[in-house]
Amino acid sequence: MVSLSQNLLHAAFFLYLAATVLFAGAIKDKRAKSKEAGPNKWGKLAILITLIGFASQLGYFITRWIAGGHAPVSNMFEFTTFFGMSLVGAFIVIYFIYQTPFLGVFTMPVALLLIAFASMFPNDISPLIPALQSEWLYIHVTTAAIGQAVLAVSFAAGVLYLVKDIDQTKPSKRTFWLEAVMYGLVVTLGFIIISSVFSAMDYKAEFNWIDKGDQQVKVEYNMPALTGPHKGELLTEGKFDPLVEMPAIINAKKLNTVIWSFIVGSILYALIRLILRKRIGAAIQPLVKKISLDLVDEIGYRSVLIGFPIFTLGALIFAMIWAQIAWTRFWGWDPKEVWALITFLFYAAFLHLRLSKGWHGEKSAWLAVIGFAIIMFNLVAVNLILAGLHSYAG
Amino acid sequence: MLKNVKCECGHVNPHGTIFCESCGKILEESEKDKKLIDMRYEGSARRSQTYNKTIIDKIWNFFSSVKVGVWLIVVTLVASAIGTIFPQEMYIPPLMPASEYYEDQYGFFGKLYYQLGFHNLYSSWWYLILIASIGVSLIICSLDRVVPLYRALKVQRVTRHEGFLQRQRLFGVSQGDKLEDSYEKVKEKLKAKRYHVREEDGNILAEKGRFSRWGPYVNHVGLIIFLIGGMLRFVPGMYVDKVLWVREGETKVIPETDGEYYLKSNRFILEVYDKDKDNEVFGDAIDRAGMVAKNYQSNVTLYKKKGDTVPGEKPELEKVKDFPIRVNEPLKFENFALYQSTYKLDELNKMTFALSEKQTNQEFGTVTVDLYDPKEKFDLGNGYSVEIVSYFPDFEFDENGEPVTKSRIPNNPAFVFKMNTPDKPDGEVSFVAIKQTIEPFGDNTYKMAFKGIETKNVSGLTVRKDLTLWIIALGGLVFMIGVIQGAYWNHRRIWIRRVNNEVWVAGHTNKNWHGLKREIGGVLEGTGINEPVDQVQEKQEK
Amino acid sequence: MLQIKEKGNNNMKKKRLVMRTVILTVLIAAVAYTLYANFTKDDVKKVAVGETAPDFALVDMNGEQHRLSDYKGQGVFLNFWGTWCKPCEKEMPYMDNQYQQFKDEGVQVLAVNVGDSELAVNKFADRLGGLSFPIVIDKDGQVQTAYGINPLPATFMIDKDGKVVKYHTGQLTEEMIKDLMESVKP
Repeated sequence: MVSLSQNLLHAAFFLYLAATVLFAGAIKDKRAKSKEAGPNKWGKLAILITLIGFASQLGYFITRWIAGGHAPVSNMFEFTTFFGMSLVGAFIVIYFIYQTPFLGVFTMPVALLLIAFASMFPNDISPLIPALQSEWLYIHVTTAAIGQAVLAVSFAAGVLYLVKDIDQTKPSKRTFWLEAVMYGLVVTLGFIIISSVFSAMDYKAEFNWIDKGDQQVKVEYNMPALTGPHKGELLTEGKFDPLVEMPAIINAKKLNTVIWSFIVGSILYALIRLILRKRIGAAIQPLVKKISLDLVDEIGYRSVLIGFPIFTLGALIFAMIWAQIAWTRFWGWDPKEVWALITFLFYAAFLHLRLSKGWHGEKSAWLAVIGFAIIMFNLVAVNLILAGLHSYAG
Repeated sequence: MLKNVKCECGHVNPHGTIFCESCGKILEESEKDKKLIDMRYEGSARRSQTYNKTIIDKIWNFFSSVKVGVWLIVVTLVASAIGTIFPQEMYIPPLMPASEYYEDQYGFFGKLYYQLGFHNLYSSWWYLILIASIGVSLIICSLDRVVPLYRALKVQRVTRHEGFLQRQRLFGVSQGDKLEDSYEKVKEKLKAKRYHVREEDGNILAEKGRFSRWGPYVNHVGLIIFLIGGMLRFVPGMYVDKVLWVREGETKVIPETDGEYYLKSNRFILEVYDKDKDNEVFGDAIDRAGMVAKNYQSNVTLYKKKGDTVPGEKPELEKVKDFPIRVNEPLKFENFALYQSTYKLDELNKMTFALSEKQTNQEFGTVTVDLYDPKEKFDLGNGYSVEIVSYFPDFEFDENGEPVTKSRIPNNPAFVFKMNTPDKPDGEVSFVAIKQTIEPFGDNTYKMAFKGIETKNVSGLTVRKDLTLWIIALGGLVFMIGVIQGAYWNHRRIWIRRVNNEVWVAGHTNKNWHGLKREIGGVLEGTGINEPVDQVQEKQEK
Repeated sequence: MLQIKEKGNNNMKKKRLVMRTVILTVLIAAVAYTLYANFTKDDVKKVAVGETAPDFALVDMNGEQHRLSDYKGQGVFLNFWGTWCKPCEKEMPYMDNQYQQFKDEGVQVLAVNVGDSELAVNKFADRLGGLSFPIVIDKDGQVQTAYGINPLPATFMIDKDGKVVKYHTGQLTEEMIKDLMESVKP
């Protein structure tokens, strides 16, 4: 059952990849053909493949649930894959409302990155610790993930808007920041690539080191150590010796992973720039020439409008109910709770700013990008870096 | 001079109204030049814009502004993020006081963080004022808008002024000869799409979803209720947060219950997942983690006091119920809830020693010491006895090298034993601690040999009473209703008016123009009436 | 006609101003209360000065029962302590001295131990050369819970009518003990 589950997930991944290519084909094709109502055959095929992929991922979800006896949303891997799946689901719904293949070209890669990113984390089916043994696990986590996924569609729409709208003929603050977004996505890809490579090589290096409580503990690195742990002593023979030693309060292993990701990501980005001979934003711009900015703005706004209540319900209301039952208090200013509040406040500000016409269009698109950054911060930094009740070893 | 404005249609509008609440005729001269009118508040004057004289008015207008509201949200957002840079005071381990901890752990920035008070950010005075300001803003901005909006939507007419229709975002004109039957068809289709259709003099106003306009105000009310609930928490008696530690076998009074309720712990259970017994799928994860907890459970009995006793007297207890308290399953009674929060495994409870001769290891009797209530003298018979001269439940050496105890919990028990034996009538003194025996008066013949221990588990239960919960829950519920009400429905209106020989169609919605356009298209299909033009898109495409 | 309308308008203006002033005042009061309550919440005592001291009954080391209400008409120096608490140990001899002075003037001392073993309490008293005031042990913590005891030592001064007139936490000097006992002398 477990291997069936994994296979279904892999199948879904490749189907989404194919769908992305087909969506790209659909919008390119529109350049050749004249204004035709509805999507062309590329688009139809693309959405069909997306639906099959979604069904496959749903299959992964169900089989994993059966195998483990609990809803598979209990660790980094499970949650992030579910988030990716919800994003695809949200896209499918928006697609059927607005008939938008171009949105697919921007949303599907985000979903792909999410699933690939998720796979870098331990994916053993783990039993639930007592705090998680509750129906609220499914209710709170799934609703929050779905809410975030719908909000993430606004990110894709926002990037789409910016790619079309920003004048790429000369560098400016806007071209820089759009490119920064692209760079961020490439670094994520870099993390995925380097983690996979070293995982395939089965790189393991063990260290003894002194933690901040002056205790001697062991740590296992899965990548060559550029930054080493505090007073570290390499135990595994022949493995890379750290270049720099870190103070005890810094998690040297995580920092090491981050640095590797940036190195690989930067190299990758440099290569892409060399090949394309222009900014990524500028390179994609011709692809989206024909889209209606007004429609993209509306999609962005509607995703927030639809996603905000779901997110509030899942990430705040249900979270508070469960916290009261499990931790005796519905709100404790734990970093995860605070960042959920920050996300809520941000999108509330977004909706209020939309009351003013001046904030439609480009400003709205930038806000959507920032909002997604906050969601990602909550998923990555709060879980892995900041200490709190939602911490994971990562 | 502040006076009301009477429109040519007969309706009297409050001072400052931009276009007539009833028929829509433009009243403010400056607005006549604009191509499209701003429909946000149905033309009504937001009260605060028009009265700005006294300081009271100025404060009122400040809090009524959306811009101010957004700023408050943004500042709160940023402030909240700052509180996550380093752990807040309630989350740091109890190693040392906060004044030292932040500098010790995080160096200069930690010290700065502490000095600025950020370690306790969410209860700081300025953060509370921020939240309070948001609360004030919510109340004032809602009052300021909802009253005029309600009025305007109530008095709106079916037949709208031509200038009003021309300045709607969706507007179109059709030449109208044979449009009698079309009218009926249109009315049918509108009704089929669940519009409320009103007719007057051959003109139509089709409206649906008006209730969604109240959504934002409902959700604001929800937030206000929520904040009131939070505020009530400070009223004494509304909120209790205490920890109750109970050992297995112990019965203790539950704090804050006025001595009415008692709890006995029968057993504390800690279960871990077992690779062999539990689902084999978990095998890898258990290997990776080392140990994964499966269950924390305190089997307790709840008692109520019978009769009237004062604290200190042994009360007569009546059993209420047995209950297994587990994580996610608290014990509830009256307004209280007891949660399985923490625990202490294998706390020392009894220690057994044997009085034995060092040379021969011959034993002359055993002594079992109850670490919570030790006996002073133990008679082992045959002239052998042991006396406890001093007892230190939680021992350490002080700065003078003297043994003292830190607390009454037997975390590290130590004894000064006096061993009385027939051949040593004055007795020998031995200082015995865990893995440590000191003979202060020279070499003894006898020793107290450690024989064994008995341990008990201790449950750490959180006692919680929260009378504000229902208010907070109500606030949350009303908020969600308001958000859903406002986000998932739109307020749509379609005006159809006969002007001379033409049919004028105008449409408005507060959001989702795409959907309204499609809907109007569907209604007008096959009726001969043209679909209205989107005047905004037209401008964009030029 | 215009004059009537103007008067009407002025009334409306006044009404509006009054409404707004009232609302703002209520809001500011609510905020002020919340801030005040937040900053004094740690000072809120379970048994505050001015309240009636909760009655209790405990048995002393000689087997005699002591009930707080029995001491109505006398002042009571109610001290909570532990054998492991150094400041408690330091202040006990001073308490003993002053007790000698005041016991004939209607001031009683009750030293409530927070649940140490009898052995520990006896040894403690022996170490200090014997203490003249009654020592009781609150074995199951009921009295501590009723009084909300947290830091030690904690001393409550109770007057002849059973009301708490003073509360002190931390070590007391002999001078302070004298003043406290003076304050509850009937």
